[in-house]
Amino acid sequence: MSLYRDQGIVLRTWKLGESDRIIVIITEENGKVRAVAKGVRKTRSKFGGRLEPTSHVALQLFRGKGELGIVTQAETIDRFQNIRSNPELFSDASAMLEVVDHVSPDQSPDPSRYKMLLGALQTLDEKSSPLLVPSFFLKLLEHEGLAPELGFCIKCLDTDNLVSISISEGGVFCNKCQRGRTISDTSIAVMRAILGGGLKQALEVKDMQTVSEIDRIASEAVEFHLERKIRSRRVMDT
Amino acid sequence: MYIDAVEEVIDALGRLPGIGPKSAQRITFHLMRLPVEDIELLTSAISLMKEKIRFCDSCFNISEQELCPICKDGQRDKGMLCVVEEPKDIIALEKTAEFRGKYHVLGGSISPIDGIGPEQLKVAELLRRIEPERIEEVIIAMNPNIEGEATAIYIARLLEPLGVKVTKIASGLPVGGDLEYADELTLGRALVGRHPVNEEYKNV
Ligand SMILES: [Zn+2]
Ligand SMILES: [Zn+2]
Repeated sequence: MSLYRDQGIVLRTWKLGESDRIIVIITEENGKVRAVAKGVRKTRSKFGGRLEPTSHVALQLFRGKGELGIVTQAETIDRFQNIRSNPELFSDASAMLEVVDHVSPDQSPDPSRYKMLLGALQTLDEKSSPLLVPSFFLKLLEHEGLAPELGFCIKCLDTDNLVSISISEGGVFCNKCQRGRTISDTSIAVMRAILGGGLKQALEVKDMQTVSEIDRIASEAVEFHLERKIRSRRVMDT
Repeated sequence: MYIDAVEEVIDALGRLPGIGPKSAQRITFHLMRLPVEDIELLTSAISLMKEKIRFCDSCFNISEQELCPICKDGQRDKGMLCVVEEPKDIIALEKTAEFRGKYHVLGGSISPIDGIGPEQLKVAELLRRIEPERIEEVIIAMNPNIEGEATAIYIARLLEPLGVKVTKIASGLPVGGDLEYADELTLGRALVGRHPVNEEYKNV
């Protein structure tokens, strides 16, 4: 049992009793942590609005005997004001938080996964792009070793005439081996850019057909590997 | 672990808000020790409530009839609508005796992670009330958290083109409370949601 400090992003919260909350935080050095924030729901709580989903905070935590720690201090590092004041951005942020929550095992540190989420939230807050969430999903899958193969036909290894993709089979197919659903050359190129160091340029892509194709593939891939639906993904589409 | 009949009660109780597995277990064992009459009193009270209580057709407050007492009350200010998350918020606002308009219960707030968006809430129903009821002002009284904020912004965006005045309560700041105890975010919200001092509901 000890006190420690770390920084983290609040992934989600659960009500606990009358005035407390359980906070699920992805931290930089301690992985995913669950901790109780006492009195956080009282209007005069010292934590106030700091421990809400998307908040980037510096924390002092108390490690207890069980799996639940206790938040003893929290200071805001970034409040992501644009995400807070735009329901669509909040929904995009929620989708990323939801997926990170489900890929991250408890208390298993992964600083690079943490930095990916932080970077994605910062980008979302500063300059959002329709391909931001799909790119984040693809990069996260790559980080976990689960990205679809985009370089060659996964049946005959041919690198030309790639025309379709199957998430369950793990990659793209050429016109002779064709399986799964068709995919455009542009989408394959943009997805390769996302995974190959060309994220910045990929985020400039605004062509709706390419965006929605990649969006569908990225969401499907995440849902396939997580074996669950992403609840946050479509709630603001009306 | 236990026999099925017991397990079933623990399960059912555990699905209630704010009751974890341990509390569910504790309540179940307490119920087992109660005399049969007490149990009957409790179960029939719950059944009766379920039988009698429904949601108001207009505002979705809990009601015994098609319209709740507030919607039926001719003395209430007809041009003002206060949008809340849950029926219990109406009780809290009514206690202040500051608001004399009508209400609209959304049934929650936008929470993407729980799969709750505008379609899961009574948002379309709210918009449909504006014109026929000649609503001039909508006061949004969501909980002061990120979900409530997203909901308030979303609703305001839909209402403003309809020519309705939209305001937000200065939530989070307890009236008479010490500012130094309010954290920066709460304070920010209260400032963003500030009102002209002549508005009657500023103390809500
Ligand atoms: Zn092939
Ligand atoms: Zn009513």
